[in-house]
Amino acid sequence: MVSQREVLTGKHLMQGDVACAEGAIAAGCKFFAGYPITPATEIAERMARRMIEVNGMFVQMEDELASMAAIIGASWAGAKAMTATSGPGFSLMQENIGLAVMTETPCVVVNVMRGAPSTGQPTEGAQQDVMQSKWGSHGDYSIIALAPASVQEMFDLTIECFNLAETYRAPTFLLADGFTGHLWERVVIPSPEEIKIVERKKPVVSPDKYMPFKPDEDLVPPMACFGEGYCVHVTGLTHDELGYPKTTDPKVQHKLVNRLCEKMRKNANRIVRTYESMLEDAEVAVIAYGIPSRASLNAVKKARESGIKAGLLRLVTVWPFPEKQIEELATRVNAIVVPEMNCGQIVREVERVAKETPVHLLSKIGGELHSPSEIFEAIRRAAGI
Amino acid sequence: MTVIQEFEKHPLAKYLRAERFPHIWCEGCGDGIILHCFVKALDDLAVDIDKFVVVSGIGCIGRAAGYVKCDSFHTTHGRPIALATGIKLANPKLTVAVLSGDGDLFAIGGNHFIHAARRNVDLTVICSNNFNYGMTGGQSGPTTPLDSYTTTTPYGNIEHPFNLVHLAAAAGSVYVARWTVLHVRRLAESIKKALRKKGFKFIEVISPCPEIYGRRNKLGKAIDIMKLYRQISEIRHGYDPAKAEITREKIVVGEFIDIEKPTYGELLQKQFIKIQQKLSEG
Amino acid sequence: MSASRLLTPVVKRKKLADVEWNVIEDFCKGCSFCIEFCPVDALEESDRLNAKGVHPPKLKSEDACIGCGLCETLCPDFAIYLEKKEGKGDKE
Ligand SMILES: Cc1ncc(C[n+]2csc(CCOP(=O)(O)OP(=O)(O)O)c2C)c(N)n1
Ligand code: SF4
Ligand code: SF4
Ligand code: SF4
Ligand SMILES: [Mg+2]
Repeated sequence: MVSQREVLTGKHLMQGDVACAEGAIAAGCKFFAGYPITPATEIAERMARRMIEVNGMFVQMEDELASMAAIIGASWAGAKAMTATSGPGFSLMQENIGLAVMTETPCVVVNVMRGAPSTGQPTEGAQQDVMQSKWGSHGDYSIIALAPASVQEMFDLTIECFNLAETYRAPTFLLADGFTGHLWERVVIPSPEEIKIVERKKPVVSPDKYMPFKPDEDLVPPMACFGEGYCVHVTGLTHDELGYPKTTDPKVQHKLVNRLCEKMRKNANRIVRTYESMLEDAEVAVIAYGIPSRASLNAVKKARESGIKAGLLRLVTVWPFPEKQIEELATRVNAIVVPEMNCGQIVREVERVAKETPVHLLSKIGGELHSPSEIFEAIRRAAGI
Repeated sequence: MTVIQEFEKHPLAKYLRAERFPHIWCEGCGDGIILHCFVKALDDLAVDIDKFVVVSGIGCIGRAAGYVKCDSFHTTHGRPIALATGIKLANPKLTVAVLSGDGDLFAIGGNHFIHAARRNVDLTVICSNNFNYGMTGGQSGPTTPLDSYTTTTPYGNIEHPFNLVHLAAAAGSVYVARWTVLHVRRLAESIKKALRKKGFKFIEVISPCPEIYGRRNKLGKAIDIMKLYRQISEIRHGYDPAKAEITREKIVVGEFIDIEKPTYGELLQKQFIKIQQKLSEG
Repeated sequence: MSASRLLTPVVKRKKLADVEWNVIEDFCKGCSFCIEFCPVDALEESDRLNAKGVHPPKLKSEDACIGCGLCETLCPDFAIYLEKKEGKGDKE
């Protein structure tokens, strides 16, 4: 399906943001709307050059509210769509992220996180928007967020974000950080045939029988787009399976909102991806995501060298939270260390799931990365040595 | 025969989601007339309804998207133009119209309006200007006249209102018109003209909100407001939109701007051909 | 030119179209726009009360309507529609 021009097969030295843009194009992204912001600007700049080459559409909107609205519109017009931003822009997008959730619009939102709150530290990487990704828009819902830890993953996970967005009809986040976004590393781009691409599920019934928000067994409704003759009405109001507003019927709200949450919970097994290193006999587990997982792996190796049975669980999927994996792990280890570049966000989830097992936060903010020795020290302390 | 079955005999019912009627708007609300003129224009033009999309924001008029029988999107408050931009640019084969309110398009969504006009995105934007926020119970908005009473201007409005046609023209709209809902024929013709034309087109429709704005400002019943429109509106085609005022004594209506300018899509297409040529040459 | 002249078509008693005038009584909310603005004053309130508790309009007499279509478009509630009468005579 995708051509040579869309997939730059080969080995490249690439910046993280650029790899993200190339991942999007390889995934079949045909619409990008954005607004410049450090450290995500390079994604927009790459898309501005490249979209036109691959018969796609790039538009620089007037702000992030517009960018988010535009990708929702583009998705309903049939295009795979993406926007990219950082904290301040991500905050502005929240209302329409809720609209994408409510209207089950597949789209990808890249947040290259930087020091926050407010304008914070534009040029410094951080992981301070993890909870905002989960709860940033009002109401109950569930989303998917993936955390890349390398430039290669900026490419790979962007493709995966598209595949998940299209499969589950939901806004899907690439939760990157300023360090990974601006990092230059070697990236291997496979041939088009080697890249798995998911297309959205289309209705198999005629327009008169089609109910736009009636889910299949996987809780995901097939999606007819605008211009395909299905005469779909889409609203952010609570709606029935026909898509019509039903704002005062408790049953309709109950059914819809619970399904939006359940959609991810029920499919969590298929969505969640984690990597384990040296966890078989581990007594101390490090749980990390994004860039701190790199120093964590070194720290775990160092711990092993000094005789501490340590291991690493890396969360590629941050949301839905890999509860089962961590719950199971917690029963096997004596302590858990969570290094993250915020004042303690994912650690709360880990604590909730780990129950009795002690959990130690290793917080880091300001623009410095965790060093392997810092994490090693934390492992040592957790091991009681 | 049920009421709905009877309604299906209405010549315009085929453009409406009949099962959702009667609509929610109050007695004498102008929004019903705007919707009527809109679908009449669709009918007259025999548009390919499968390729037609209506987008609206939040507000009383925002419900229009849910009544038109075509692909339609009832977006968040203020964002219909931004969302419609995404639809139109992603699939240029679709004709996209935005129907929304004065508050939606010019307060919370004002930024999207001016920028879509500046870019000359191919959209037809119709604003139901009822001088207040109807849906939320009659607060003041960007078009509320000086000294008017609303729930948030209980002592009279001290903010200067926008002149929407002037704003639209200044921002770059290629077609700008204003009508009241009493001008049904001209309004429908104007919508037809806008739909046939390429670029960012804007039609302001002065519309009574008898239930709230009218009541609070002692404008009488809906019929009295309509009679007032008859009495004080003045048709002046080609008039300078900067001077096309709305006062208690006069509402200047007509077609003010009708110009040609390359659209965003057309310029993009040119660029696209150039780039593709370069690429194929290696 | 006076505004009211432009808004109200010049009264021509001549039929513009041979139509059947219909009202969906239960849709009517009673704004009286149709009655007020009919160029030939063909409509009036009926005695009937509809589901909304208002008196929908009716024709004053069977041939009062000249078929201009104004009331149809002006009705905010889509309660009025005109149907073209079949030209029976022509066919026979
Ligand atoms: C972000 C946001 N803020 C406020 C509201 C509440 N709200 C709904 S409609 C509306 C005003 C609508 O006014 P207008 O656009 O003029 O439409 P009208 O109801 O007058 O037709 C407001 C403030 C909202 N839905 N969303
Ligand atoms: S509140 Fe005003 S604008 Fe809203 S439906 Fe009623 S009359 Fe119309
Ligand atoms: S215009 Fe329509 S709603 Fe108003 S009185 Fe006439 S039929 Fe009734
Ligand atoms: S169509 Fe309506 S407005 Fe025109 S003459 Fe007949 S009743 Fe009067
Ligand atoms: Mg309003």
